Amino acid sequence: MLRVRDLTVARGGLAVLEGLTFAVAPGEALVLSGPNGVGKTTLLRTLAGLQPPLAGEIEATGQAAYASHADGVKGQLTVAENLRFWAGIYGTRLTDDVLAAFALADLADRPARTLSAGQLRRTGLARLALTGRPLWLLDEPTVSLDAESVALFAGQVRRHLATGGAAVIASHIDIGLDALRLDLRAYVATETATGRDEAFL
Amino acid sequence: MRALLLRDLRIATRAGGGFGLGLAFFLIVVVLVPFGVGAETATLRLIAPGILWVGALLAALLTLDRLFALDWEDGSLALIATSPAPLEGVALLKALAHWLTTGLPLTLAAPLLGVLLNLAPEAYPWLVASLLVGTPALSVIGTFGAALTVGLRRGGLLLSLLVLPLYVPTLIFGAEAVRRGADGGATALALMGGITLGALALLPFAAAAALRVNLR
Amino acid sequence: MSLWDYANPRKFLAVTTPLLPWLAAASALLVGSSLIWGFFFTPEAERFGSTVKIIYLHVPAALMAINAWLMMLVASLIWLVRRHHVSALAAKAAAPVGVTMTLIALATGAIWGQPTWGTWWVWDPRLTSFLILFLFYLGYIALWEAIEDPDTAADLTSVLCMVGSVFAILSRYAVRFWNQGLHQGTSVPVATGGRTVADVYFIPLAIGMVGFGVLFVWLVLLRTGSEIRARRTRALLARARRMPPVPLATEREA
Repeated sequence: MLRVRDLTVARGGLAVLEGLTFAVAPGEALVLSGPNGVGKTTLLRTLAGLQPPLAGEIEATGQAAYASHADGVKGQLTVAENLRFWAGIYGTRLTDDVLAAFALADLADRPARTLSAGQLRRTGLARLALTGRPLWLLDEPTVSLDAESVALFAGQVRRHLATGGAAVIASHIDIGLDALRLDLRAYVATETATGRDEAFL
Repeated sequence: MRALLLRDLRIATRAGGGFGLGLAFFLIVVVLVPFGVGAETATLRLIAPGILWVGALLAALLTLDRLFALDWEDGSLALIATSPAPLEGVALLKALAHWLTTGLPLTLAAPLLGVLLNLAPEAYPWLVASLLVGTPALSVIGTFGAALTVGLRRGGLLLSLLVLPLYVPTLIFGAEAVRRGADGGATALALMGGITLGALALLPFAAAAALRVNLR
Repeated sequence: MSLWDYANPRKFLAVTTPLLPWLAAASALLVGSSLIWGFFFTPEAERFGSTVKIIYLHVPAALMAINAWLMMLVASLIWLVRRHHVSALAAKAAAPVGVTMTLIALATGAIWGQPTWGTWWVWDPRLTSFLILFLFYLGYIALWEAIEDPDTAADLTSVLCMVGSVFAILSRYAVRFWNQGLHQGTSVPVATGGRTVADVYFIPLAIGMVGFGVLFVWLVLLRTGSEIRARRTRALLARARRMPPVPLATEREA
C-alpha cells in the first residue's frame, strides 16, 4: 500500500526527520509516536503530497485520504451538508450507515457551529469513510474525543483495515489498535543533515 | 466539483456569508460620489461610467480576501488539495462563485445606480454589456490575488495592492466602452472580452500554482 | 565550466565581489561624463531651451526601469525552472533598483513637463504606463516583504512577476487606447529613446544609457550579494537554534 525509502522530511527548509524507511501493507496500521514537534505532522503532510520530501522515495499504490488537525467543517452548514459536500468531492454518497457509524445520526441537521469539539471531530473523521480511499493518513485523530468516541473511532479504523485498507496514524495516546509502531525519535535529523539552505552554508 | 460551487453559494447566502455586502458597498460608493463632486447633473453624467466601473471594481475587491482565507483557516483547503478535485478547477469554481455572488448582482444593479448619476440613456446597454463581459475578469484576477496571499495574516491589504494594478486594463476598456457607446465602444468591449477569456483560460493555473506553494 | 555554476551562492560571491569596485568606478565615470557633457557642453534646443537637458537623467532612468523588470522576469523564470537560489535573490535585489529608476523617470518627467506643458502631470500614455509600472513594482516588493519563508516568497513573487508582466503589457496598450479617446491627436514631444534627436545630444545620451546600465548591474550584484549573506546568516541561525537531538528511546526499527 505504502512504501517509504530513506525519506527525509523538512519543515521551514530544515530537515526534521531523516532515514525513514517503512512499509504499510493492506490491512495494516502504523502508529507514529514521538514528542510534540518531532515531525509527525510534517511526515503526514509529506505522505499526503502537500509538501515535497527533501530526499528519499514515497511509493503509494493506493490513494490517500488525509485528516489534518483541522476538521475542515463549515460552521454555517449542517453536519449532513458538510458531509454531502465531501461525498460530492470524492464522488461517493452520504449514507445513513456512515452517519450511524460515527454517531452523527441525531446531529445530521444541526448547524456545525453548534456542535461540541468532540462532535466536530467526529464529523471531520466521518469524511474519511466518504473518501473511499484505501490509505488513511490521520493526524492526531482522537484529539477532543471522549473515551466512548475513541472506541467508536478505533472500531471504524479496524473495519477499514479489515476491508483491505491501511492507515498511518500520528497519536500519542493508545487507541487500542493492533498496529505497527514507529517511534520517530529514532529518526530525528542530525546536525549534518542537509537542508534547503545547504548551498548557503 | 459541482459540490464545491454549491457549498460556496450556500455559505455565501447563509447568515454571515457576506452575500449582498459587495452590493451595499457599491450603492454607498455611488451615493457618496455626488457629495464629493457636487450635484451638477452634467458633471455627474460625464463621470458616471467611471464611477460605476470603479465602484463595481472596489465592490468586487471587498469580498476577495474571504475567497480562500476561510477554507484555509478551517483546514478544508488542505483537505481539498489532497482530494481528487484539481486545484485549477477549484480556483476556477471559486472565481465562478465569486462572480455569481458579486459580479452578476453588481451588473444587474448598475443600471439602477446609473439613474442616480444621470447616466446618458444610450449608455445603459453598454454599461450592462461591459460589466457582464468585464466582471468575470475581475473575479478570476482577484482569485489569483487571493491565492497568492492566502497564507498571510494581513493578506487583505496586500491583496488590494497586488490586484488593483492588474485591474487596470479591464477598468480602462470597461469604462471606455460605456463612455464611447456606439462610437467605438464595441472595440473596447471586444478587447475586454479578449482579456476576460485569456484570464479565464490562464489565471486558474497561476492561482493553483500559488495555492500549492502556500499549502506546502 | 557551465554558466550555471555561477548560480552557486559562494561561487557567485567569489566571482562578483572583486568586480564591484570596478563596476562602481565605471558607472560613476560614465554617468558623470554623460551628465557633465549633456548639461554643459550641448547647445540648447530651440523649442525647449535648457529644460531639454533633463533627458540625460530621464531617458536612461526610464530605460533601466523597464529593463530591471525584464531582468526580474528572466530571473523569476530561471528560479521557477531551475531552482537556483541566486536567481530568485537577484530578482528580489533588482526590484528596489527598478522602482527607484521608475521614480526618477516619473519625477524628471514631471519636472520636465512643468515648463513644457505648463503642468506637473498629464495623463500622457507614456507617463501613465510608468505610473502603472511603479504600482507593479510596489506590489512585487510588498509580496516579498510579506512572506517569511524565503522559498515560498521566491515562488509566489515569481508567479506574480510573470502574471504582472502580461498585465503590464496589456495596460500599456489599454492606456494608449484610453488616452487617444480623450485627447485626439495630442502627441507629447518626448525623445523616443534617442534616434529622433540630433547627434550632438545623442552621444552623451548614449553614454548615459550605458552608464545607467552599468550602474544597474553594479547595484544588483551588490544587493544580490547582501541578500545571499542575509540568507546565509538566516541558515546559520536556523541551524544553531534547532532543538538538541532527542535521546533515543528505542533502537531504530526498519
